[in-house]
Amino acid sequence: MKRIDAASHVRGEAQFVDDVPPPAEMLYAAVFSSSVMHGKILALHIEDARSLDGVVAVLTAKDIPGENQIGTVIPDEELLASEEVHYVGQPVAVVVGTIPEIVQKGVRRITMDVAELPAVTDPKEAFLEDKIIDTPQVFALGDVDTAWQKCDLIVEGLCDIGGQEHLYLETQRARAIPLEGDVICIHSSTQGPSLVQRHAAKILGISNCRVEVDVKRLGGGFGGKEDQATPWACMAALAAWHTKKPVELVLRRADDIRMTGKRHPYKSDFKIGVTKEGKILAYEVKHYQNSGSTADLSLAVLDRTLFHSTNSYFIPNVRIFGVCCRTNLPSNTAFRGFGAPQGMFVMESAIAKVAEKLGMPREDIQAKNLLKENDVFPYDQQARNCRTRMTWDKAVESYQLPEIRKRIEDYNKTHFEMKKGFALMPVCFGISFTTTYMNQASALVHVYTDGSVSVSTGGVEMGQGLSTNILTIAARTLGIRPGRIKIESTNTTRTANMSPSAASATTVLNGNATLIAIGQVLDRLRAVMAKELCVPEKEKITIVDEKVLYNGNETGWTWNLLVQTAYLNRIDLSAHGFFATPKIYFDKAEGKGSPFAYHVFGTAIIEVTLDCMRGIYDVDSVKIVHDLGRPINDLVDRGQVEGGLAQGLGWMTMEDLRFNEKGQLLSGTLATYKVPDVYFMPDDIEVTFLENAEEPLGPYGNKAVGEPPFMYGIGVFFAIRHAMRAFRPQNEFTFTSPLTPERVLLQLYYEKSH
Amino acid sequence: MSSKTHFLLNDKEIYATEHPGMLVLDYLRRIQKLAGTKEGCREGDCGACTVLIGEPDGDSVIYKPVTSCMMPLGELHGKHLVTVEGLNMPHLSPVQQAIVDEGATQCGFCTPGIVVSLTGYLMKDTKEITREGVKKTLSGHLCRCTGYRSLKQGMAFLKKTVENRTGTRSLILNKMIPEYFSQIPARLRRIPAVNINNEEKMPEYFIAGGTDIYIQRGDFLPESQVYILNLRPEMKGVSKENEYVRVGALTTFEEFANHPEIIRIIPDIQAYFLRVASLQIRNRATIGGNIINASPIGDVTILLLALESMLVLKNGERSRTVPITSFFKGYKQIDKTPSEILVDILIPTPSADTKINFEKVSKRKCQDVASVNTAMKLRSEYDIIREMVLSMGGVAPVPLLLKTTCKYFLGKEVSRETIEGAFPIIQQEISPVSDIRGSAEYKRLLARQLLIAHFTKLFPEKVKLRDFYETD
Repeated sequence: MKRIDAASHVRGEAQFVDDVPPPAEMLYAAVFSSSVMHGKILALHIEDARSLDGVVAVLTAKDIPGENQIGTVIPDEELLASEEVHYVGQPVAVVVGTIPEIVQKGVRRITMDVAELPAVTDPKEAFLEDKIIDTPQVFALGDVDTAWQKCDLIVEGLCDIGGQEHLYLETQRARAIPLEGDVICIHSSTQGPSLVQRHAAKILGISNCRVEVDVKRLGGGFGGKEDQATPWACMAALAAWHTKKPVELVLRRADDIRMTGKRHPYKSDFKIGVTKEGKILAYEVKHYQNSGSTADLSLAVLDRTLFHSTNSYFIPNVRIFGVCCRTNLPSNTAFRGFGAPQGMFVMESAIAKVAEKLGMPREDIQAKNLLKENDVFPYDQQARNCRTRMTWDKAVESYQLPEIRKRIEDYNKTHFEMKKGFALMPVCFGISFTTTYMNQASALVHVYTDGSVSVSTGGVEMGQGLSTNILTIAARTLGIRPGRIKIESTNTTRTANMSPSAASATTVLNGNATLIAIGQVLDRLRAVMAKELCVPEKEKITIVDEKVLYNGNETGWTWNLLVQTAYLNRIDLSAHGFFATPKIYFDKAEGKGSPFAYHVFGTAIIEVTLDCMRGIYDVDSVKIVHDLGRPINDLVDRGQVEGGLAQGLGWMTMEDLRFNEKGQLLSGTLATYKVPDVYFMPDDIEVTFLENAEEPLGPYGNKAVGEPPFMYGIGVFFAIRHAMRAFRPQNEFTFTSPLTPERVLLQLYYEKSH
Repeated sequence: MSSKTHFLLNDKEIYATEHPGMLVLDYLRRIQKLAGTKEGCREGDCGACTVLIGEPDGDSVIYKPVTSCMMPLGELHGKHLVTVEGLNMPHLSPVQQAIVDEGATQCGFCTPGIVVSLTGYLMKDTKEITREGVKKTLSGHLCRCTGYRSLKQGMAFLKKTVENRTGTRSLILNKMIPEYFSQIPARLRRIPAVNINNEEKMPEYFIAGGTDIYIQRGDFLPESQVYILNLRPEMKGVSKENEYVRVGALTTFEEFANHPEIIRIIPDIQAYFLRVASLQIRNRATIGGNIINASPIGDVTILLLALESMLVLKNGERSRTVPITSFFKGYKQIDKTPSEILVDILIPTPSADTKINFEKVSKRKCQDVASVNTAMKLRSEYDIIREMVLSMGGVAPVPLLLKTTCKYFLGKEVSRETIEGAFPIIQQEISPVSDIRGSAEYKRLLARQLLIAHFTKLFPEKVKLRDFYETD
């Protein structure tokens, strides 16, 4: 099946929030934000903006009728700054007016007097000043302190890992419409409709049931609209509340990049001990997460860094320390991978350093330490159905690693200016929200008398193909044509208390909830059918291709007839299904538990060519073996793998966030912040899915796919490093990302520039 | 300037009364309520707002993809503006079908722009549909979801369904674009030419391609007195004249790079320009605009500097000619009065034995601003350098001509020693600062590396990178 929304996409008919024709008298809003990174607000001058013809209102913290608070995990985040500002880009006021140009002009007319306070942007510096969020987290396994003595080689190092802008093509936006009886309806581009609902209610001082949030689709989210779609929706709601008019707030790209959080930069120190054969005996790592100004989701992101700090390897003695460091930057937030990429990057760096010291190929060290069935992770969960070795071996064999290695060695012998490099990148990623209570979802299914079906779930379509997956699951389960089924928008009035669409688990949770709801309807229909056919075993009734079968034989009944008969017999044709992932738990205080329903495994081989004269490089190929369980929809699943890979490659290479000493983002436009384009991405991308790898939790044997492929991209860093070492075997190279052409060239010619 | 803009929008005839400086993107979304055209960045980098602009060419109309976020409404006069809605038929077009079949749309936000660009590709009379052609067409589109493989894969479908049927007429016949396209040439001919009143009061802004001014001043143009230069077609085009090639200031990058006279002078021009800007930008950005913008890192400027071009400036009927080598006075300061307009660029025809090379290093290889760019024009006899002009961008407040370095090379033999001798001189001559494009230290290193690169490219037999590595 093709994607269900593809035809409307290509015709330009797919509607995003602001594509829906505006309601009469709709107003527009824009945001005035802080231009200093830390300071006390002395005065806010909004008169010049307010007096502008066409400006209807200028709203500040004082105009919030409820509580000025949008922190999800810790209440440490104001919607509009009231007394202090903590980063450049922090919203302070909202200008509301008749046309977008006027509100932009209004924003330019606002000024603010601020007494600047000392600020910090470096996580280690913040840590030393005790600016941390909550308490540090530690996972430990074995006895790392005594294990060092058994090691033949111990190396230490540090990683400096860059952040990443989400760059969803559709910027943050919302449209709020006031309705009668103190009710507000918000069309928001959010991954978390219930988060928007709760916070808008809190801001307005009304109950959750008075806020209806509706989400049709997102023009990309990638985590950037999990927690951080909330402020813009709340501002639109606040403006609609005060003006009693519909209000639309669409962030311009430059505002979006400046005001919203990104993937967390990390500084991490590692120490690793190995035998002379390359067996890893001990690993210790300290992660200093640059959380930005508020908690946001940083604590959960840090947890996942700890969960994935040993990636696909079994290490008997491990100590992992992590801390969220509060800095004066926009609050960093969820982004595909959610802390795991940083943890894995440090592990891979440690292995690279060991390999270089031992004079062994990096992939030999990797291969010696791969996870096996029943190996224990540092958080106590055991690796089950572990396919690390399987994907590794399959990648090595089917993509012919020995040939790749030989071809690259030969090339490097015969070329001086150009060098090639390669790297293997195994990935092991746990599926479930690590905050256990969030692993729940519900679905609402209506069957209408004409046999058509409506399905609502708590999952948001953001390009990942959720609607197509849900439709496929529904059609397969009901045994009817997909064309009969409509997947509804995600709406808080139809679905309550939804977890955000995140953690790769949206299809797992909402697909299973859909199965449960449909199961209830089918059960009732079977009972009707059994009665009509006068047969005792309703379990033997199935529906295939819209025909009702008994024991596999046609009964002469169709889906339509069955539905109509059930209706006339006053049978409920609607059902609400609820799913909670079974058997998962985690004790955060102990750092122990079994937080994941299962793990996703895979291995990638990445090849690059480096121009050692200019420091620029090409990614030649990426070849992946990925554990997907059983695909629901091959096009959708493949798209997730390739898209995740592209973002991972970008994160490691060109996506370079730079702030100046005043905390202003220098790479705040698409002219200065570069993401992979059609030329950067290699033509040669191969993806092989493991066969016969059904995951019992499903739905339909499928495994979550959103995040894990992102981390294949990490391999490109080590492939480029491999090529750099071929040119300059004696140079010491850093583990600083992204590995931009600048960092490459300066390290290749270190002595020329010093 | 006429306050009514008379043009065709898809199959409709339009008399727009909105401000001529209004963005076509805003006009489409807000006034016409055509929401298929998306705003992704408002600075020409993402391609989500791509539309086709059709201009009469004899009996037919030539269509080019451009980003509507940097194009003034007033420029549409007498043209055909095509949005994704204008490509829709009851059935899916081959481009639309290819994207659906390959799963090449995920969130769908970038998709309409891509449909428009790929349709523009098929509307050209391309003999063959190639992977490179598709990539070139997609070069100005950012997709954050797919990783582009599925989009590139769409090429196979198009090859199967459309090959040998490209070109507007053939696409109409085969019902691959709507029937109304067949009437467009005649309908456009009926639109009277616009009257430009040059005596009107001094405009606040001159707009050429708009690819820089809309980024810098986009909020102000729709309410300012603007002068849309592109309504003066006489300032376009490339022609050979005696000792030089004349390039109209409004000639776009794409017209420049495709012109045989330019290819004769700079044989690798198309390869260079692939890296300079995307197709949509190359269809808009003008050679004159690049010079007048006076960015110290303008790619075309750096090239024209090494070619020792002459600039013809006009003020009403008066005109004067200035060498580009003395045109840049300081950061964004140029030898031009506000009322003067750059009309022509004269490129002296180099002798047959002159070699030209252009180098550019940027964070992303294509469609990115350079960290350092440089061009070299060199003539040698028996490996003795007789003439040399070397320009470099990103290393000074102005596009820099490295005069002292060039003087040093004159009369010397091309060799590792000669080039090494230039390293301290070039470092003296440049004064880079650290910015988002790179640290000063990096730019200094690039100056060294790219000087070597010029010579290894132009004299591969004489100079190799290895020589510099092993000896110093």
